[in-house]
Amino acid sequence: MPPARSSRRKPATPARSRPTSDAVIVPRVTPKRFYGHGIPRVDAEDLTGKLIVVEGADGSGRSTQIARLVQWLEATGHHTIQVGLKRSTLVSEELEQAQHGNILSRSTLSLFYATDFADQLENTILPALRAGSMVIADRYIYTLMARDLVRGVDETWLRNLYGIALAPDAVFYLEVRPEQLVQRVFAKNQSLDYWESGMDLGLSRDMFDSFLRYQSLMLETFRRLQRSYGFDIVNGEGSPDDINAELQRRIEDVLRGR
Amino acid sequence: MSTRNIERPVVGNPGASKPEIGLSPDGRSPSLPTVKLTFAEQGYPGRLIAVEGLDGSGKSTQIYLLKRWLELQGLKVFFSEWNSSALVKSATSKGKKQNLLTPTTFSLIHATDFADRYERQLVPLLKAGYIVLCDRFIFTAFARDVVRGCPQEWVRGVYSFASLPDLTFFFKASLEVSLARILDNRPSLKHHEAGMDLNLSPDPYESFRIFQGRIFEQYLAMSTEFRFLIMDANQRIEEQQGIIRRLVSTHIDLDQYRVAKPS
Repeated sequence: MPPARSSRRKPATPARSRPTSDAVIVPRVTPKRFYGHGIPRVDAEDLTGKLIVVEGADGSGRSTQIARLVQWLEATGHHTIQVGLKRSTLVSEELEQAQHGNILSRSTLSLFYATDFADQLENTILPALRAGSMVIADRYIYTLMARDLVRGVDETWLRNLYGIALAPDAVFYLEVRPEQLVQRVFAKNQSLDYWESGMDLGLSRDMFDSFLRYQSLMLETFRRLQRSYGFDIVNGEGSPDDINAELQRRIEDVLRGR
Repeated sequence: MSTRNIERPVVGNPGASKPEIGLSPDGRSPSLPTVKLTFAEQGYPGRLIAVEGLDGSGKSTQIYLLKRWLELQGLKVFFSEWNSSALVKSATSKGKKQNLLTPTTFSLIHATDFADRYERQLVPLLKAGYIVLCDRFIFTAFARDVVRGCPQEWVRGVYSFASLPDLTFFFKASLEVSLARILDNRPSLKHHEAGMDLNLSPDPYESFRIFQGRIFEQYLAMSTEFRFLIMDANQRIEEQQGIIRRLVSTHIDLDQYRVAKPS
């Protein structure tokens, strides 16, 4: 039987995950800054949207959480743009090729990724923020830095390189222990990825072993980066609903300018 | 010959513990070491010679003649050009054709190209005792990117993985002579080449003049710091080549670079 029409909205929802009224929160504009020199001729003050970053290894639940956040943000009246690594018009194809051949040396690969990042920053992220949109980034400079740091690239060099980056309004790192991560990856793909296992590092010739060691190094590095960049570490092993409710609550704070 | 310190700062010891580096209070990145060393000072057996200057200053002609002279003496020589790495080329030309490049991506894509050549060709050859000749080196980026509006410290930081050339010849021609050479030969100027992305002037020729003038100033400002050997590029080709050959044989013990003959 179809529900009878009623002037009342839905009965009170148990979770705080849905707003109870049609009122759309107008995000409060808060000052933004670049980590370093920034981008020539871009004034961070013109950026009225919010930049929200979700970080985490493959299998940490990033894509699921992002999809739900986008749905929620749009439902609550916010125009939302998604960006991620290796999605630039400028170099994404070339990066893909380079990775397949495993032919680039370290600084070259770092710079290639930085070019991809800069292209998206200038051509997608900054214009969207200037227009007042929400930008959800599926990973940001922290993954790029962590990958390089694990491979011995100089931290000072990286910090200067990524001084072009805008400091996000919120960064969530979905932390999942490597032992748990490997199970999730197998449940999804039945095979481990060469790069996500850090096989280029020569940690072990056994891919399973290499995956665990590489992901532990990444996790340590993220914790270290967290101390200087101050992002939120979220326990990625909880239920997807609980995690999403927590992210929504924190993003609401961001929208209110807290 | 000593081989100490061949490792460059970028690639260190994987997994080694690193000191915590926080952002400085003003939010700026921590500054990178500004004192840089040449390949000889780093203990590389090879030597790197670079030529720099505006388009049309005659530097490519001079480095070609230098290369022929060294080769004909039976020395181990390798020549490398700016913006020539195969992999990066497709992205660079796509970006330039479609005017997708901003000052930052323009700078980074050239740095990527440079890093690719540097790590895969130049460094191994220098370790193997070659004389490497470079038509343009990091100073081209230092000059151009700064003129395009990138902060000088940032650009220099990006290239800080590279050691300095052992000899850098800067071809100083009068701006008018360089402009005339380019504008006489190639009447259609490419967008970035003319600095059209800087909105200096709607006329490509006028834009090119202003752009080249600013790059020239950047070169002059760097010449003492990086010990450029300044060539009077208004001299005859042969006069210049004579000077270059004399300077190269004074600074580099060429006998060491002979291709070993089977005994």
